[in-house]
This record gives sequence, structure tokens and C-alpha cells, in this order.
Amino acid sequence: MTSMDDIRNKVRLLEHGVDHVHSSAFPGNYPGYDDDWSKEKFERNFKIQIIHITNEVKRHTGIGMDLDYIDEMEFDMIGIDAAIANAIRRILIAEVPSMAIEKVHIYNNTSIIQDEVLAHRLGLVPIKADPRLFEYAQPGAEDEGTEEDTLEFRLKVKCTKNPAARDSTDPDQMYRDHKITTKYFEWLPKGNQEHLGNIGPVRDNILLAKMRPGQELDLRLFCVKGVGKDHTKFSPVATASYRLLPSIELLRPVEGADADKLQRCFSPGVIGLTTGKKGKKKAFVADARRDTISREVFRHEELKDAVKLERMRDHFIFSVESVGALRPEVLVVEAIKVLQAKCHTLLQELEEQTQPAAS
Amino acid sequence: MADKKKQKIEVLPSEDKEDETVSTFVLHDEDHTLGNSLRYIIMKNPDVQFCGYSVPHPTENNIHLRIQTHDDTTALDVLKKGLRDLSDVCSHVLTTFQAEVDEYKASHPQTSHDAT
Repeated sequence: MTSMDDIRNKVRLLEHGVDHVHSSAFPGNYPGYDDDWSKEKFERNFKIQIIHITNEVKRHTGIGMDLDYIDEMEFDMIGIDAAIANAIRRILIAEVPSMAIEKVHIYNNTSIIQDEVLAHRLGLVPIKADPRLFEYAQPGAEDEGTEEDTLEFRLKVKCTKNPAARDSTDPDQMYRDHKITTKYFEWLPKGNQEHLGNIGPVRDNILLAKMRPGQELDLRLFCVKGVGKDHTKFSPVATASYRLLPSIELLRPVEGADADKLQRCFSPGVIGLTTGKKGKKKAFVADARRDTISREVFRHEELKDAVKLERMRDHFIFSVESVGALRPEVLVVEAIKVLQAKCHTLLQELEEQTQPAAS
Repeated sequence: MADKKKQKIEVLPSEDKEDETVSTFVLHDEDHTLGNSLRYIIMKNPDVQFCGYSVPHPTENNIHLRIQTHDDTTALDVLKKGLRDLSDVCSHVLTTFQAEVDEYKASHPQTSHDAT
């Protein structure tokens, strides 16, 4: 039997479907429950737990990329509705501003990569600059912009032969400047921009084009502030997602060979085994959080009646991975501020509309 | 003489102009982000009979927010209360988050701040 509290607080996962998906705790829906909005009640129940904030470079030996840049955080947001948690997630992806290259002036491009393709690639390069220090560029303004709204870079490279490496067949030794990466970006500060400090691409090893001797690039890059809903290149996060905390309950003892089988139905670490009476193995739920809710267990006739699979409707496990310009914990703060600003502008406008000033 | 600023919110004309308990608001430049959060917080208000939102057309950047209230209040007041409640939620989430981050950083002083 599903209790009223279970329906209100948990999403139930069944073999062929999902029950009680939507939040239903609204005033009038459940006799005997007080579901009216109360600031005090919300603040009493709301919790945030930081699981980790990681900012490091991992080196691993392998083919291809040998560096792993990690700039991410995980935190639990408990006691809030999906509507608001989802708003924060959506704002992180689409409405927290960041800087990206928007205009490219191409003075010369004799490489094999076409102008428009190169310009598009440049647009996607993450730029390390604090967008909070900049204004949005005025629509219709000159590409060069002003020191308040634009960052300018120069990319001027010519590939040459390396006369010292006559017998080599390795392009890295035969040619100089043949791999054009973001390390060739040269920042041209406007006005007082020198004070901004360390401005440039987030990584200096992003490959943009490959050239051969005689080919050259001569470009001016203009960077502006923008938001992800305009173009994904402005999105400050690589990923921002959440999942609901799983809850697994064993409805009857599972022992012996079935216990092993049950363990294999879940992600590693979810189901533990103990040795019970007479040396028989007995399954228990060790850590439901690690589960991905694959529902594999429902494919086994002998186990499907033994487990109750649920997710806590108000427990969000957020994972935010920054592209590198701002730290993830700063991005979350900015996202919440964006949501609050929306409320404030609308409220203000409503106040003005209801009391029109005498004109 | 100043250019009339483009309004972010307007009220859709209704059949019964006298009836202030029923309104459809058009929010320009908004989507599910604000639509769904506002719908949730407004539905939590016991004075509200119905609240829902829709995106009338996927390529038009606005949403319609419908509010019907019980007799002793108006749709406009309910919307204002919703916006204030949502703003309060944001304040609390913000302060809680910042406090937790500060605490985490105090207990994990490793973080190498520049990866480059």
C-alpha cells in the first residue's frame, strides 16, 4: 500500500512506468495537510549540502589529450520544488552571461580552413574574463566596441619551414608554427583594460587550424558578453544537471544466491551483503545514492516483489561543471541572482503600471 | 517624448472587464524558467483557484500565465505576491548556498585556484 506521504514526497518507479511524477502538494488537494505557501516552513526545511568543489588538472598518460581539466562541483539541494530547481539549472545553461568571440575580422587567411568555419571555431573558444565587469554591446554598434563591452585579440601567424630538420618526416619538427592553437592569441587591451589582469583563452592548447609553410593567418577577434540562449558559445557551463536522490527499500529478506543476483541488478556499492544466520548471505541496501535506477531488478521474476524503488521528489543532486571562466560555485550564485532579478523587474513594472505617473 | 520602453508584461483583454479575479498575463522574453516557477509558487497560494501557463508558439518568445482566484482577492495581487514569494525563495537559497560554500572552503583549504 502506498501511503499518502509516499504519494506526496516520492516518485515511484514501477516495472512498466513511473507513478506520482508531479508535485501535488497544493492547498486543497489533500484534506488534513497544510500546503499553503509559508516562508517560515520553506526556510525551516530547506537545506544545501556541498559534496565537493574540485578545481584541478589531472595528468594521465595515454594517447591524445594527456591533461584533464576538472572544474566542477556537486551539491544537494533539499526541500525545494522541481519548478525552482529546474529554473536554476536552466538559467545556468542559458542565462548566466559569459564572454565569447562574436566578430572576426579576417585580413588574411591562406590556410585550408575556410574563413567562415574558422570564425565559427573561434567563437566556441572559451574566454577567461569575468563577464560581470563588462556591459552588453549595443546592438548596431561598431565591431571594435569600447573598453566597457569588448575584448580584442590579434591572431597573426605565418607557418615556416624548419631548415634544421631536413631529414625528418615529423611535421612537428619539419615546420614551425604549423599547429595554430589558442596560445597564439595576443590580447590587445583597450583603454584601461590592462587592470583586468589575466585575460585570454581558458586553455592555450585548443587547436584551431593546421598550416603548411607559406600559409598564414591575420585576424582580429572581438569578444563580447552574451547569454547561452542567444548562442551556446556564451553558456558558462559545460554541463549543469540534477538528479533526484534514489530511495531503495527491501520489502522482504533476500538471501543466498538471490542476494548475489540482487546485488548485480544495481550499480556497484548500492546493495551490500552480510552473512546472516547459518552462514547464509543476506542483502541490504548499503548506499541508494549510488544507484542509477536502471530498474534491472524488475526483469527478474524472483526479485521483482522484493524491492520498492523510489526517488525523493524534493532532493536534488546538482552537478555543475564550469567551462573555466568562472568557478562553478560563482555560477550558481549568479544563476540565483538572475532568477531574483526577473522577479524584481516584473514587480517593478507591475507597480508602475498600476499607478501610472501623471504625464 | 521618450521612446516608450517595451513592456515586459501585459494583460490579455478578457471578456468580462469587471471581473478582476480572472486574468491572463503575457510575459515577454520569458519561457519555462520563470513560467513554471511562478506557476508553482502561485498555486501554493490558498486564494488561487487556478494557475497555469503556456507557451503559445515555440518561436515566439513569450508565455501566457493564467490566474483565477477566489472572490476575496484579485489576479494581479496574487501575481505580485507570487513574484515576492519567489524572490524570497531566491534570497534564502542564495544565502544558504553561500554559507555552505564558505563552510566547505574553510574545511577544504586545498583548492588550487588557477588551472591554467
